[in-house]
Amino acid sequence: MTEPTSAGPFSTVNGAVGIELENVSKIYPGQTGTAVESFSMSINPGELVMLVGPSGCGKTTTMKMINRIIEPSSGSIRIGGNDVLSLDPNQLRRHIGYVIQQIGLFPHLTIEENIATVPRLLGWSKKKTADRVEELLITVQLDPGIFAKRYPRQLSGGQQQRVGVARALAADPPVMLMDEPFGATDPITREKLQAEFLRLQSEIGKTIIFVTHDFEEAIKLGDRIAVLGERSRIEQFDTPSNILSAPANDYVSSFIGQGASLKRLALIPVAEARLGQASGDASGARVDIAGTLRDALDLLVLTGGSSIDVSEGERVVGSISHTAISEALGAAPLAGARQAE
Amino acid sequence: MSVVESETVALNTVGGGPRNQGSRAWPAIRRFMPVLVVAVVLFATWLWVSSLQLDSIEQRTLNADYIVSRIQEHLVLTVTASILVAVLAIPAGIAATRSRSRMFTATVVGIANVGQATPAIGVVILLAIVWQTGFTTALVSLVAYSFLPVLRNTMAGLEQVDSTIVESARGMGMTPGQVLRRVELPLASPVILAGLRTALVFAVGVATVATFINAGGLGDMIINGLKLQRFPVLLVGAVLVAAIAVLIDWLAGLVEEMVRPRGM
Repeated sequence: MTEPTSAGPFSTVNGAVGIELENVSKIYPGQTGTAVESFSMSINPGELVMLVGPSGCGKTTTMKMINRIIEPSSGSIRIGGNDVLSLDPNQLRRHIGYVIQQIGLFPHLTIEENIATVPRLLGWSKKKTADRVEELLITVQLDPGIFAKRYPRQLSGGQQQRVGVARALAADPPVMLMDEPFGATDPITREKLQAEFLRLQSEIGKTIIFVTHDFEEAIKLGDRIAVLGERSRIEQFDTPSNILSAPANDYVSSFIGQGASLKRLALIPVAEARLGQASGDASGARVDIAGTLRDALDLLVLTGGSSIDVSEGERVVGSISHTAISEALGAAPLAGARQAE
Repeated sequence: MSVVESETVALNTVGGGPRNQGSRAWPAIRRFMPVLVVAVVLFATWLWVSSLQLDSIEQRTLNADYIVSRIQEHLVLTVTASILVAVLAIPAGIAATRSRSRMFTATVVGIANVGQATPAIGVVILLAIVWQTGFTTALVSLVAYSFLPVLRNTMAGLEQVDSTIVESARGMGMTPGQVLRRVELPLASPVILAGLRTALVFAVGVATVATFINAGGLGDMIINGLKLQRFPVLLVGAVLVAAIAVLIDWLAGLVEEMVRPRGM
């Protein structure tokens, strides 16, 4: 990103800002209960936090209170130390990227004009806006020569969602709010978009709040995950591997569902396991050291052997066995395995 | 939207139809068909009238000067009324959809309904009795009569705009006015224009009753033809009104297509 961050009303740390929510509640008029009750959370600059929970738990409401699409009933929200509720809502929103599941591209405007929406609101020059639009289209892997002048209707769902992300990034906001952005795409497109999104985030390092009901997606993308219960109550707020290895309560366990260990394996790189002697068999199956333990287990199951070789490029650097994979998951399964031996 | 537009379907069949495949010449012929039909009918009428021996009463009416000035009166009345309707009914429709008060919305729609439900001839004559005769009175009753389609289409057009598009516009920091001007009105414009087109065609027909209160127009020819039992006069008046209605609808259809936002 060559553009300086347009943090606007927020003070930044290396271009990113932290977000603090304190006792934020929402009561809709005419309803007796609260939709969100006393929600508090502190999000570090540059962190990608996933809010995950069942439909109707208030996760979207919680997120939408940050850019005041929904006004909180009480509590305080600070972005980079500035009280959001004391800012002009329209000014505030111009400095917060916003991506929704339905994308909401303007059908009567070209892709170029869609992405230029916020720069135009901020009064950027034509030249600066055009340069930025081109840069963003390249960032989201859409050829500006082909797509800039097209209309949203002429794009596939996945392409539209990329434009949605580019549009939200247009003025380089320090904070992004994303409401199930990949929820309406088919599984293959979703996986692709998720991978691209991770790569993008590693470049831009925004502070992102990402709402999803898909726990797999939360594990895959999040730096930290907040598992939410009714009225947006935080059941657990931790890193994906901590939540998988030590769910705080039954609710979280049930949300993780079956196969928590298998899910954790996908988070641990092969390099973290204790590698054994290489087999010396040049024709044997190999797993790359950059892969995950899940890939290794997958190959083990497929070959039926007790261990497979681990390679780094062309070179074989060791082997990995069932026991080594269990060990890497933690002490408890290891103790069980020793007893069995 | 389809409900609102259905009123114009009978009149719209030619201009707004989907583009046909087939030979290249066909779409052009299709597009100009209403003009061709009108030209043929007008020419046939002219031929027929030319073949008649006109008496002095008929001669006084069936001459170029008289006909041109009746057409002028008719068009001025129709177009002025339609412009007034656009200026009044579109903002009223916007206000009705913005308003949180159901009372306000119901009142606006109610008044517009009464305007259309009351027979135009009744309104014209009542207004003439309590107020005055002439152009202004005819104009007021025409506006009252064609207000509803534009109002209702403005409201329907704005309401059918996808709420997620409006939310994303707000989420990017557009003010309510910017959302209206840059997003909602452009997206609603095809429906609003369809309403205006209906209003225009209504106005052409209803403007014939202006003759009863001495406001001129082609109604003069129709009524004279009836009263004096001069069939050629009656027929020419009726054919001209119909021709104007078809041509205006055709023109409005072209405008609609031209200003329709691209990408939709």
